[in-house]
Amino acid sequence: MILASGPVIPDFGSGSSCEVSNGWFCTEWITGHWGDTLQPALLQHVELSAVAVAVGFVIASALAVAGFRKRWVDAPVGSFADFLYTIPSLALFELLVPLTGLTETTVEIALVSYTLLILYRNMVEGLRSVPDEVLESARGMGLTRLQTFVRVELPLAAPAVLAGLRITTVSTISIATVAAFVIPKGLGYPIFTAIQQNLFKTEILVAGGLAVALALAADAALVLVARLAVPWSRAR
Amino acid sequence: MTLADAFTPGTFLDALRFIPHNTGLLLSKTGDQVELSFAALGIALVLALPLGLWLGHRHRGLTLALGVSTLGRALPSVVLIAFGITVLGVGFWNNTVALVVLAVPPILTNAYFAVDGVDRDVVEAARGMGLSETQILFRIELPLGVALVVAGIRIAAVFVIATATIAAIAGGGGLGDVIVNQPTYGLAGVLAAALCVAALAFLAALALGLVHKAVMRRQAPRT
Repeated sequence: MILASGPVIPDFGSGSSCEVSNGWFCTEWITGHWGDTLQPALLQHVELSAVAVAVGFVIASALAVAGFRKRWVDAPVGSFADFLYTIPSLALFELLVPLTGLTETTVEIALVSYTLLILYRNMVEGLRSVPDEVLESARGMGLTRLQTFVRVELPLAAPAVLAGLRITTVSTISIATVAAFVIPKGLGYPIFTAIQQNLFKTEILVAGGLAVALALAADAALVLVARLAVPWSRAR
Repeated sequence: MTLADAFTPGTFLDALRFIPHNTGLLLSKTGDQVELSFAALGIALVLALPLGLWLGHRHRGLTLALGVSTLGRALPSVVLIAFGITVLGVGFWNNTVALVVLAVPPILTNAYFAVDGVDRDVVEAARGMGLSETQILFRIELPLGVALVVAGIRIAAVFVIATATIAAIAGGGGLGDVIVNQPTYGLAGVLAAALCVAALAFLAALALGLVHKAVMRRQAPRT
């Protein structure tokens, strides 16, 4: 909708010969528009995704602790997260618009909804996977319930939690491109502009490439974090 | 951004009224979307399922399975479709290719891990009883890993329906057509179509969930 509202300025013929012939990789265009188009989009994309994963992580953690302690919490929370995950992204964005408008809030609510299922499932599975014998020994050593949770259960659940975090981060970065349907932000926006105006290949290729590169870089960074912070996790 | 002012919670009621008044339109768009989704899911199944099962059976290609799954998650649907327009042009093939590319990873990876994860002692026992490799795959490994296989197909189906909606920017012809065409169908139409999309994805997930349950129930007495 935003797309239709903006002025359409065809820029055929205004650039280098590569741009005029709609080339796949016009370096002049990339360097010329890095500052005004690509870099802002990349930074907005990082921000949109980081906020969503952070908020999702906090919500999922709270739910997972509850779901782990109380079985009756687990089933409904799991089903609800599963339900949210099932709603197609574009539909969820549009359904939120009447409530929160064409704003970043709309985008963040949708992105956070998609993080919950995998984070929650992995957290609960991680906590449940702690063997009973280990818990027995902790109790035998005189650890309180809180100490057992912080010193035994959390570290043992960490690898599963980090695995969930990796999956979630990569898919959030990917889905954040759909945000451009609602707000003119993120790496989806230059792609949309290109589709609406002139199908400029370089713009589609570079913005898309940046989105994929960002996701893969975030994945690699989290693998590194996992190796350093939780050396007992065998990050695959 | 004056558009934002036009959105109120009351729009939902208009959307609900839009549905009975435009049933024909919504049904035909839903039909288009189902057709595109089925075609893509079918092609993806034919491509990914045998490969995943076979690699899992041979316990080979772990890197491939993991790489495909990460790459599949990292590839945004918007990028795939936009890229497809520049190469294949607007239309059915561009969208089908994009959907297949997105549907393959979850099916392939889940099929691989489903078969790869089956207890090796059980497989050895079957081999000892003289079952051929194909029999082992279809009578032992597939039944034991079927839950994960179905889960992969379910994820793929949800992806496909979600992306088929986005495919409207490339002339996809499904419910997404209504969603991205607010000037024609109005806000109520956009919301009504979004509701239909959500319902469609939910039904697909539900159907595959039932398949999963049915398969498990049939297996239960044997185990």
